[in-house]
Amino acid sequence: MKFIIAIIQPHRLDAVREALLAIDINGLTVTEVRGYGRQKGHKEIYRGAEYTISFVPKLKIEIAVPSNRADEVVSAIRNAARSGKVGDGKIFVFDLLQTLRVRTGETDGDAL
Amino acid sequence: MDSGDTAWILISSVLVLMMTLPALGFFYAGLVQAKNVLSVLIQCVAIACLVSVLWFACGYSLGRATIHAGTHLPESVFVMFQMTFAIITPALIIGAYVERIRYSAVLLISGLWLLVVYVPVTHWIWGGGWLAAKGTMDYAGGLVVHLTAGISALVIAWRLGPREGFPRINPPHAPWMVMVGAAMLWVGWFGFNAGSALRAGGDAGMTMLTTHLSAATATLVWMAIEWIGFGKPSLVGAVTGTVAGLATVTPASGFVGPVGGVVLGIAGSVVCYGAVHVVKRGLRTDDALDVLGVHGVGGTLGILLLPFLVSLGIGGVPLARPIWDQFLVQLESVGVVGLWSVVATLMIVLLTARLVGLRVSKEDEIQGLDFSSHGETGYNVNI
Repeated sequence: MKFIIAIIQPHRLDAVREALLAIDINGLTVTEVRGYGRQKGHKEIYRGAEYTISFVPKLKIEIAVPSNRADEVVSAIRNAARSGKVGDGKIFVFDLLQTLRVRTGETDGDAL
Repeated sequence: MDSGDTAWILISSVLVLMMTLPALGFFYAGLVQAKNVLSVLIQCVAIACLVSVLWFACGYSLGRATIHAGTHLPESVFVMFQMTFAIITPALIIGAYVERIRYSAVLLISGLWLLVVYVPVTHWIWGGGWLAAKGTMDYAGGLVVHLTAGISALVIAWRLGPREGFPRINPPHAPWMVMVGAAMLWVGWFGFNAGSALRAGGDAGMTMLTTHLSAATATLVWMAIEWIGFGKPSLVGAVTGTVAGLATVTPASGFVGPVGGVVLGIAGSVVCYGAVHVVKRGLRTDDALDVLGVHGVGGTLGILLLPFLVSLGIGGVPLARPIWDQFLVQLESVGVVGLWSVVATLMIVLLTARLVGLRVSKEDEIQGLDFSSHGETGYNVNI
């Protein structure tokens, strides 16, 4: 099993969700996060004064998938999340040791 | 007694109290960081209550009692209407010292400031005092309210020192709240300016129209300045323009007519926009929410421009003396009121520093005044 964390632009969430539904991936977790990468924040102007916003709002998506589907999911997320501009985010893939569905007690592949 | 006049001033009192509770509170609370939102709101509430009691105890008798005889109003209504002005003036100063001041210092400074700055100045200009005798024109408070508050704000901000990290401060936490506050101030200002006619009638109507046009014009102008300068018109900028236009037209609103209102709206936005930057960069003083740049400068600008805009032809009222003579009277009044505000506020601040201290500790400031001074937090979402 693989665990995928994707940091994406907030306005790409619907596109990513639809892309994952289209390849029959059901279930993901979304968190509002802030951070910076090469984009290094941005500037906002209030009353003519410039404020540097170091930590830019992003969304973090977390998905657990069977190992054989990881590449397909990663490319689906990438295609949906990409706008081509700096700040599109990153995707991280981890090995997942164990999964357990709370209601039934099913584990691993059955629980995904 | 006239029931129509009485009804209008009763309504105006309600409108002007709304300018402090909650309009000014929203306007300022939206501009600060999320960790200080409640501290600003409680400062507004406490100042409103403290000033009310002081006004009842002695402020009204000292400041305004002598001119009630000239109105058609029951004295209870007149006391209440003037009380709402006394409330908002020290509350305006909150914008200078937010996010770092000790709460006990807010109470002490505000109470002393009402008695030592607001009461004498209001007597000089509106209570039949020596500036009234000289012929100073201040319809609804360019000197009495905006200049005194703006100058005193700068003095307090200077003695208090800047916020931790200044000038790299986090941006306003809730711009939408700033707009709600500004919009309520705008409506409340009709009671402030048109109520200052002290009668229900054509004077009040013309004053309201003039006030509204100044606010609308100033908003458009500030928006245009930002649009040209930065490529985008911002909400916070637009509503700051609204308040700048309202402050600028205040002393002139009953004298200059609607065209004068438009002119003052343009001048107010352009000059206040510049003033905000001079205070922030030039003076390097952390007048956090621009009390001097918007209120002090706007009110003073209106005081100085009004002799030139008074004209019967555009709906205003006649001047009692030649334009330049009136201008010199206005200029002298600005100097005297400004100087009094500086000296008296400095004394109050030095005394307060000695008695209770001005600032919270650095740790408390970084944690935020909501929790460190008041034991509450503004936003408790689920967990």
